[in-house]
Amino acid sequence: MGLPRGLGLGRALLGTMALRAGDQSKVARCGLKEKVLTLDTMNPCVRKVEYAVRGPIVLRALELEQELRQGVKKPFTEVIRANIGDAQAMGQKPITFLRQVLALCVNPDLLSSPDFPADAKRRAERILQACGGHSLGAYSISSGIQLIREDVARYIERRDGGIPANPSNIFLSTGASDAIVTVLKLLVAGEGRTRTGVLIPIPQYPLYSAALAELNAVQVDYYLDEERAWALDVAELRRALRQARDRCCPRALCVINPGNPTGQVQTRECIEAVIRFAFEERLFLMADEVYQDNVYAEGSQFHSFKKVLAELGPPYATQQELASFHSASKGYMGECGFRGGYVEVVNMDPAVQQQMLKLMSVRLCPPVPGQALLDMVVSPPEPSDPSFAQFQAEKQAVLAELAAKAKLTEQVFNQAPGIRCNPVQGAMYSFPRMQLPPRAVQRAQELGVAPDMFFCLRLLEETGICVVPGSGFGQREGTYHFRMTILPPMDKLRLLLEKLSQFYAKFTREYS
Amino acid sequence: MGQQPITFLRQVMALCTYPNLLDSPSFPEDAKKRARRILQACGGNSLGSYSASQGVNCIREDVAAYITRRDGGVPADPDNIYLTTGASDGISTTLKILVSGGGKSRTGVMIPIPQYPLYSAVISELDAVQVNYYLDEENCWALNVNELRRALREAKDHCDPKVLCIINPGNPTGQVQSRKCIEDVIHFAWEEKLFLLADEVYQDNVYSPDCRFHSFKKVLYEMGPEYSNNVELASFHSTSKGYMGECGYRGGYMEVINLHPEIKGQLVKLLSVRLCPPVSGQAAMDIVVNPPVPGEESFEQFIREKESVLGNLAKKAKLTEDLFNQVPGIHCNPLQGAMYAFPRIFIPAKAVEEAQAHKMAPDMFYCMKLLEETGICVVPGSGFGQREGTYHFRMTILPPMEKLKTVLQKVKDFHMQFLEKYA
Repeated sequence: MGLPRGLGLGRALLGTMALRAGDQSKVARCGLKEKVLTLDTMNPCVRKVEYAVRGPIVLRALELEQELRQGVKKPFTEVIRANIGDAQAMGQKPITFLRQVLALCVNPDLLSSPDFPADAKRRAERILQACGGHSLGAYSISSGIQLIREDVARYIERRDGGIPANPSNIFLSTGASDAIVTVLKLLVAGEGRTRTGVLIPIPQYPLYSAALAELNAVQVDYYLDEERAWALDVAELRRALRQARDRCCPRALCVINPGNPTGQVQTRECIEAVIRFAFEERLFLMADEVYQDNVYAEGSQFHSFKKVLAELGPPYATQQELASFHSASKGYMGECGFRGGYVEVVNMDPAVQQQMLKLMSVRLCPPVPGQALLDMVVSPPEPSDPSFAQFQAEKQAVLAELAAKAKLTEQVFNQAPGIRCNPVQGAMYSFPRMQLPPRAVQRAQELGVAPDMFFCLRLLEETGICVVPGSGFGQREGTYHFRMTILPPMDKLRLLLEKLSQFYAKFTREYS
Repeated sequence: MGQQPITFLRQVMALCTYPNLLDSPSFPEDAKKRARRILQACGGNSLGSYSASQGVNCIREDVAAYITRRDGGVPADPDNIYLTTGASDGISTTLKILVSGGGKSRTGVMIPIPQYPLYSAVISELDAVQVNYYLDEENCWALNVNELRRALREAKDHCDPKVLCIINPGNPTGQVQSRKCIEDVIHFAWEEKLFLLADEVYQDNVYSPDCRFHSFKKVLYEMGPEYSNNVELASFHSTSKGYMGECGYRGGYMEVINLHPEIKGQLVKLLSVRLCPPVSGQAAMDIVVNPPVPGEESFEQFIREKESVLGNLAKKAKLTEDLFNQVPGIHCNPLQGAMYAFPRIFIPAKAVEEAQAHKMAPDMFYCMKLLEETGICVVPGSGFGQREGTYHFRMTILPPMEKLKTVLQKVKDFHMQFLEKYA
């Protein structure tokens, strides 16, 4: 369910309406001219864009934080931002080695400092030598520093048990989001019934719906199976595709694995089936694998689309078009702010690949510090390196903590009557389903908001906990969810889960 | 091209990147103070967290303070400041929001010819209508409002012109517009209801003693409330140019004036899909707008470095202009600012023919030959736009002085040979 003007609810909504009225009177008072750029004259595609992760609920959270700072009394002392997959914002520490190397690159005078280990210095020097003028401040080539792309290729080969990766098929990007949008831009063509359709999972990470709205492409939803731990069912892909062919030209299939918001880690069989399906139906495959390092559940394993594709052999391996995405923002690194990422393209038409490079060149290059960080992510310390022990310890600690938090979250939510949480097999989120009493649903409808948004807003106002309603990600009609990150520190997370469960119980009582 | 980064900037960045260094005696206290301030404003006190989509709050405040100082007290509101992934990101996002309509009502965007080809690329990608207005080569690439009028009038036939882009100081042309010119442009935009985009990334690169940078924001404000309350303006700046040259960090900002509040909301919404600009670039921008001041420990070295870079650039600008103007068949307008020479070159008819036989623009043909024979890589004027029948190339003035002299000599020699060969 959409929101009016995508600008906010409750007080925020009222505020907006007052603003509009105020503006009109301001225009009248000052003889202000009508503006060139208004909601009516702006790009209509942009107007349709919504991005729930930073949408109305977060705007309201910001207002509440502001009020707290001003000393307004609230039933809580802090707003807990469990809305966004930002580990370091929630207190996770950066990996020491990564920051050492980056600091050395930023300020090469430090290469003579005794406070940095030799292996960090070696890495920094290697990166700097590959930069124009030996400086992070120079533009790199648009696909990213050659040396780093080679390191990414080697990382992929190691990860995939030796299956070759070609550095010229690797493009560094400003976070994975940037590369995902670039590939989608290339794919979108046609008009009316031949307009490009893109299959996306429901629930999805709303970058996809936002990008498709902006590009005026056709969003084709395929539903993940909540009853089976959010499994991807090819029969459902077939259903979605068949129905879509009436109204668009479906050309791409997006898979998020491990899933966001759902956290499911797809089985190898599933991935094979998806690849075969894509091949049969001539769909360009986009594999969003930014959580490839975040796999927690016993029995779950990350299988890269690239690897499975290669192992299927011809004709799949030689013909199926695939773009796989990774990022420095997730995993054990959590370096969201640096905007590091890459895409590996497989079996892309060489002329199209050139076009992709041309498109990227208009923005010159991805941020070079982000490229440098990514280099450390794909070529971390080796066992023989001085920094290895500390690196491993830090990495394992982060991942173990995330795994423990995933388990705890699942457990606590499943103890709350009316809430059911699928196993958090991977990624950084829980996406529990909650029953909402009919009276609450009704009240939400009266207010013109989605029922789960209504719940989340009340939760925010009364506990300070900020989570994102399921309607922001998509869900089956009549079901309600919310996405909460598992990132707060363990003690805080425990409290959060308790408070949320208590609030839920209170809420359902209130609307019974 | 060998320009050294500003020491202070890199010190603060290193402290932010690896805060353990805050305990190190090798960093000055003023750098540490800046770093702490930035880190405190970041989630988890780390550059690794996403910032707000509009950018880190205190950095936006610092940008607003910078603009206010730069513009002699004309107030800037932090709420009107958006940090961006280089200026290109801000320009692209603003154009994206502006483009609407279909067929004859499709948005037209007025851009200078010659232009920095980000504009034509984005217009093309957005399927908007490019409306060319020609800068006056005979007059140091001046912007002539009559030419704006001409372009607008002709454009109204086939599109809905809504946007006027200005690059000042100019790229590739290097001209620095006079204050009068800027006033005329603002008046024109007001009259014709055009949204103004002022690309001012070279605001620190002004070399000619007769020229001064006048920000569109300042001039707009000083023209009085009829203009300053009405004209919609977006001004852009970057960490990539100036004396900083921090291209790789992708730091930038835009200041928006008189945007409808709902549009500002839409802007933040659009930016939020990409989460945020790189936080290290935001930090770099903070140092640019909040550099050491007299009395601070790092001030002396900072000023020395800054003035050395700018002094060098000014010398190189003059050298380039002078040397090119000594070559028969090359004419170079004064390099008043920015970082490029855009000389006009005479290409003999025979060469034009051969170029056409190879299906190449004549200046592309020239530049290819130059590259093959000397290893010097410049960009043909056809990549930026130019009046029909004229040819140019854009060369940066960035190589170190000695190398630049060599390059200019080689270009001269090549040009003479080229003229002879195709006489």
